[in-house]
Amino acid sequence: MLNTLTVKEAIKKLKAKEISHHELYADIAKQIELQNEKLNIYLSLDKQVEQKAEKLLDTPLAGIPIAVKDNFLTKEFPTTASSNVLKGFMPTYESTVTTKLMSAGAAIVGKTNMDAWAHGSSTETSDFGVTKNPRNPEHLPGGSSGGSAAAVAADVCIGAIGSETAGSVRQPSSWCGVVGLKPTYGRVSRYGVVAMAASTDSPGPMGKTVEDTAILFESMAGRDTKDATTPEKDVPKLTSVLEQGVKGMRIGICYTDHSEIGKQQVSKQILEAGKLFEKHGAEVSLIPLSQKLEKGKIFTPDYAIGVYTVVQRGEVASNLARYDGIRYGNGRSFFGAEAKRRIMLGTFTLSKGYSEQYYNNAQKVRNLYLQNFQELFAQYDLLISPTTPSYAQKLGASFASPMYGELEDMLLEPTSISGLPGISVPCYRDESTNLFLGMNIVAPWWQEEKMVRAAHLYEMETPWNTWRGKI
Amino acid sequence: MNDYETVVGMEIHVELATSSKMFCGCKNDPFNAPKPNIYTCPVCLGLPGALPVPNKKAIEWTILLGLALGCEIQLYSKFDRKHYFYPDLAKGYQISQYDHPFCRNGNVKTALGDVRIHRVHLEEDTGKLQHATVDGKKVTLVDFNRSSVPLVEIVTEADIRSGEQAKLFLKKLHQIIRYLGVSSADMEKGSMRLEPNISVRKVGETALPNYKVEVKNINSFNFVKRAIDFETKRHIELLEAGTTPTQETRGYVESSSSTVSQRSKEEAADYRYFPDPDIPPIRLEARYVDGIKKTLPELPEAKIARFIKEYGISADEATHIAEDKTIAEYFESCVSLAQGSSDTQKITPVIIARNLINIHGDKMTPKQLIDSLLAKELEKQVDTSVITTSIDVVLQQQTKAIEDFKSGKVSALMFLVGMVKKELKGKGDASFIEAELKKRLG
Repeated sequence: MLNTLTVKEAIKKLKAKEISHHELYADIAKQIELQNEKLNIYLSLDKQVEQKAEKLLDTPLAGIPIAVKDNFLTKEFPTTASSNVLKGFMPTYESTVTTKLMSAGAAIVGKTNMDAWAHGSSTETSDFGVTKNPRNPEHLPGGSSGGSAAAVAADVCIGAIGSETAGSVRQPSSWCGVVGLKPTYGRVSRYGVVAMAASTDSPGPMGKTVEDTAILFESMAGRDTKDATTPEKDVPKLTSVLEQGVKGMRIGICYTDHSEIGKQQVSKQILEAGKLFEKHGAEVSLIPLSQKLEKGKIFTPDYAIGVYTVVQRGEVASNLARYDGIRYGNGRSFFGAEAKRRIMLGTFTLSKGYSEQYYNNAQKVRNLYLQNFQELFAQYDLLISPTTPSYAQKLGASFASPMYGELEDMLLEPTSISGLPGISVPCYRDESTNLFLGMNIVAPWWQEEKMVRAAHLYEMETPWNTWRGKI
Repeated sequence: MNDYETVVGMEIHVELATSSKMFCGCKNDPFNAPKPNIYTCPVCLGLPGALPVPNKKAIEWTILLGLALGCEIQLYSKFDRKHYFYPDLAKGYQISQYDHPFCRNGNVKTALGDVRIHRVHLEEDTGKLQHATVDGKKVTLVDFNRSSVPLVEIVTEADIRSGEQAKLFLKKLHQIIRYLGVSSADMEKGSMRLEPNISVRKVGETALPNYKVEVKNINSFNFVKRAIDFETKRHIELLEAGTTPTQETRGYVESSSSTVSQRSKEEAADYRYFPDPDIPPIRLEARYVDGIKKTLPELPEAKIARFIKEYGISADEATHIAEDKTIAEYFESCVSLAQGSSDTQKITPVIIARNLINIHGDKMTPKQLIDSLLAKELEKQVDTSVITTSIDVVLQQQTKAIEDFKSGKVSALMFLVGMVKKELKGKGDASFIEAELKKRLG
């Protein structure tokens, strides 16, 4: 079963000619045959991917099969962002991320399902049906990059690409028991990614191991002259720092004293993780939660939902204005219920007389979060917290509440609206349901290397990663 | 009727002549494009996922224009999204500047009073709709060649008090823009668009009237003047009849020099401005602005003053020559050529200026012009003895004029000079003849 190989292993075996592209892609195809219809992961597939991959042996990624979320523009695949508005839309240009990945030697197997326009945390708002969680198909995979997380978990690819606005890489990674890395905002180009909320959108890799996400990260990050929000910064070589451990790092534990989250299994796991890091030489302490902005304390995530909802809905209403059906795609009557809700709310909050009350106020509170993190990162190297409050919810859960996604992403939103990088690693598996929990490790801006060091150590020292074979 | 005054503020849009568009690398030349939709890319077509990257040159030129208009340059600036729906607006919003324009608080002097500049900001142009018949069906087509061409908007304070002043102001603004070389500012081609906001109030009132009428579709300075004159009269009539003119947008009708109502503007559109998250805020360094300031060319006003002082030409001549930068440059190269050699030094700047008024600078090279002027001067030269003979002839014939001169009529002398010149068939130096005549008439 070569489809269960990690990125690292697959590249090594291909280069050493221990395996052939034909063997690898045959196993991937077999698994797709077995799983795709059942789980509804891929929206489109490339039948010629094996032939393309064969020519890539001498590239850094050697022609490994990857899955890409359907909001990245690709010339070879229709790009729909899981919306009927873009049904059948064939892009005339390629996103920077997929261009970079392909030139580094990745071969795109297919495009994965997502919440329509990335609006959601369930994949249930997709106009093309929900994706099911490969770990337990009665449950949701999370979202919006639910298809990509499920693709990794179901071994229908070797690695995957998602995009996160506030939790859309890390939350589905957590629910599907895979690793999801959200880079610093601006680290990875947004050019050619169907915009959701432009001020927080960050493409990110999803993989079976921390190392795999590090490998993919290096192939997709960096300044892009086509994206004015990507500054001139060197891309850290994450793969070369993985083994450096956490000795001497100052790590703060967040949100485990929150009245709701504190009671959950995941909080126990985070406290355990703290002990593990301490054992490996880190200085670990609990950062108390505070309802107001206070030095040395972490500002409650409760307000982040409000801030994020207002800012993101405003940007969404604006970003979706171009889909008028005149130049491409279908008209505005093809928008689904969630997009319509967001357009209406965003239009309202930006309207004259209301923008003071909503949008401008939200930006002020956003600044409080920024300030809070700036202060905390003067004292800490890393912050760790639960990725989500609890396990993957059952299919249909998102329909019960229009604010479903925001509640799921509550713990990630403060860091997302602040542009911070984070990585989610599996930190628990429930034996009865086979569902996973995730730990979120957040590093200071532009210092992704710190978080992967801790994440890799944790992965190697705990039994939760299914590809490390310790379960 | 005389106790009313016109209150006008202007909005002027100018397309910058940068080589590429405002937010992408597409060619910026919509007017000369051989076909529709050829200068386009994902960015200016508003395709999914495309992102704007601001054009540095366009920002530089906006600042340059702001400096030329005496504005304060804002060191913190940003781009905002202005939302409205129209088929020629690819993204459903226009990238513009809302509360942090690049330039504020300028001033332009006119003979009829100063016009303060409220702000100068940078935005992008829209595509263009074309109404056509295809296969017998009436359709509307969209050409995106113009989409995202850099567009500067200049907004004045409501300082203009007449159609004539508006015209003077606009001519001067046009001249400055042409001097800077940042736009063709061609009104026929739409690269300079003029929109006066007109209202009328009682003389002595200082508050802005509670209504204003915007007039669009004007493509010449004279039409702006006529539109303002027409509107002023219309508003006064309405006010005299006890009604406030409707706040609206009107269109100028060339054939009748009048305006017609286009749409009511009682409820201002809500553009839902917010900072464009795709473009980080722009912080300029003072020395960067100083660097741009150093590239400011000599502007018409300064040039006129210098010409008068340096070359001793009249204010009228200087104004005329400085009207167009290329003529002014031509003039100066002629002057320096003539003064550069002792053979041609007698072709003074004054002579060049007088001869320039009637020719277009591009018809002759400076050398050709100087040579032709030199030939003329040489032709004028005649022997003193010939001049003396001619004076004798004239003095014998014109006894009446001699009488007049002797009785104090100064103009008689000029008449005699003219007669001598006539005798010499136009040759001879007038001041020499005048001096000779004076001597002879004691």
